[in-house]
Amino acid sequence: MDFGGINPVILIASLMVASVPILLAALGELVTEKAGVLNLGVEGMMIMGAICGFITAVHSGSPVAGFVGGALGGAALSLVFAFVTQVLLANQVATGLALTLFGLGLSSLMGQNYNGIKPPLTGALLPATLREIPVVGPIVFGHDWMVYLSILVVAAVWWVLKATRLGLILRAVGESHEAAHALGYRVRLIRLGAIAFGGALAGLGGAYISLVRVPQWVDGITAGAGWIALAIVVFASWKPWRALIGAYLFGGITVLQLNLQAAGSRIPVEYLSMSPYLVTILVLVIMSSGRGRAALNAPAALGQNFHATR
Amino acid sequence: MLRLEKRPNPSRFWLYATPVVAVVLTMFFGGLLFALMGTNPFAVIRTIFWDPLFGEFAFYLRGQLLVKAGPLILIAIGLSLGFRAGIWNIGAEGQYIMGAICGAAVGLAVYPTENRLIFPLMILAGAFGGWAWAMIPAILKTRFNTNEILVSLMLVYVAQTILAKASTGFLKNPEGMGFPGSRNFSGYPAAANPELIAGSGLHWGGVAALIVAVAAWVLLSRHIIGFQIRLSGQAPRAARFHGVNPSRLVVLCMGLSGALAGLAGLFEVTGPAGQISIDFNVGYGFTAIIVAFLGRLNPIGIVLAGVLMALTYVGGEMASTNLRLPAAAIQVFQGMLLFFLLGVDVLTNYRIRMAKGG
Repeated sequence: MDFGGINPVILIASLMVASVPILLAALGELVTEKAGVLNLGVEGMMIMGAICGFITAVHSGSPVAGFVGGALGGAALSLVFAFVTQVLLANQVATGLALTLFGLGLSSLMGQNYNGIKPPLTGALLPATLREIPVVGPIVFGHDWMVYLSILVVAAVWWVLKATRLGLILRAVGESHEAAHALGYRVRLIRLGAIAFGGALAGLGGAYISLVRVPQWVDGITAGAGWIALAIVVFASWKPWRALIGAYLFGGITVLQLNLQAAGSRIPVEYLSMSPYLVTILVLVIMSSGRGRAALNAPAALGQNFHATR
Repeated sequence: MLRLEKRPNPSRFWLYATPVVAVVLTMFFGGLLFALMGTNPFAVIRTIFWDPLFGEFAFYLRGQLLVKAGPLILIAIGLSLGFRAGIWNIGAEGQYIMGAICGAAVGLAVYPTENRLIFPLMILAGAFGGWAWAMIPAILKTRFNTNEILVSLMLVYVAQTILAKASTGFLKNPEGMGFPGSRNFSGYPAAANPELIAGSGLHWGGVAALIVAVAAWVLLSRHIIGFQIRLSGQAPRAARFHGVNPSRLVVLCMGLSGALAGLAGLFEVTGPAGQISIDFNVGYGFTAIIVAFLGRLNPIGIVLAGVLMALTYVGGEMASTNLRLPAAAIQVFQGMLLFFLLGVDVLTNYRIRMAKGG
């Protein structure tokens, strides 16, 4: 069952893998933004996660340790952002850009001696008998554990934000930091936690790129994935399950254009490879205008720094 | 416990002192980083900041300084106008590429005609290319309320694929024996952007940067539009009561910064780079963001900051050949500088006080 040389089952299975990095990064940023912090450094944190995860995995020989290392690397870089914006009260947009520029440089510096090395393999989680079931096998059972984890994280973030006290406090801080402060919550500490969580998830997503998707280390390996993750948060109107849909949509386009390239489509390669970025712009336009009005759902205190006067 | 107390007005002293403090801090922590990597930090700092100005090869490197500073200043001044008004064009790299492609295309279309009007026409086309590319996020912002940060950045990646297509396809040198890249402008006098004074490194891009710096200073300090830009950034509500039209301001600021980035691209591709090639752009569009902030979004400050940043490029290249410092270390150094600058800036707006009791 092929359409123009492309098998839809394999397409769906591989889009689930392709969207893991942007899904994780988008979820992290979603939590950060729910707490009222706009961190534009997702690209920088992802690429730090990619190199830290790669180095850890190569030296320990364990991909699991690699993912932990990637998450720690992303979180460590996000703490720099947290310090500069929450303690020194710097502009969040500018600091986020600084984080990306710094992260791109630092990752390339750290990764100099790691070009051309293969990382340890992250295999499929479930036994081969399940994976060989037609259609359902490759799509539902055929993945490595990170794919399942990323879906679990969606559910967890959704549940925490919707149904727990922690989620309520986080949203209060993001909607009105003055009110949250007056109620006795420690606004900057909560935001610090949200930033670190966002950094860890971005790092995890970055590590997935260098350990599974590519899998090797090259400079600038994330190639704009962090920015697409930022766009997905807007697309999702700050709702976790919609972020999943958004990430799968973008993952689908990425995989489809790669498959079209491989299948020797008549559309020139350049136009195919710019398609994910063009679709991102298109989606942003649709979401921001008319009845979509994603901006209406944005946390009210997004991007504003908090300085307690009393 | 230390506590921050908001100043009634920003401190004038710290406004000018923070860039200096940030540079000193960056030198110190950058030095630590270089020492960790096993190079002599004093030698590296000397190579980056002293040798290009006063060292053995300074006669050549001083020229290189202007070559690098020109595009940085041009782009950063454009960006600073928008940044002041809270309009974040961070896709200057894409506008730079599109300006270069449009300008070069005009020149290559009439090759090998010799006419004095060709270069001015190319300059117009370059500015137009950057302007048009910046109009996409600007119009999407004003019509559909789309986030200009994300759109302008996405367009950088789109511009890069167009650049790849240009250098392997529609602008490829027909006599290039199949190698990617356009004709070299150094072999086409009517369209070339040579050094104006031999050995100085000054080409039309540098001249344009100085003119634009003065013009931007006049605009910001003497013209009503400059006042509106400053007002919108500092007090958006007050700006609305004053009658500032936000959409017009977005179109104006994005358009200006795009046109200037396009100009920078055109001057680069006809001068120092010489031809359209897949990787003729070296990230000036992103480094210019650092330059804009380091210059305190002030045109005169940006000129100084542009020269300083050019110093890190030129000195960094020296350090990587002479001291085997990896090229990425300079990128880290530049990123660090922006961090320290944004962090130290707290002193401009806040006083540090000892808190009394709990």
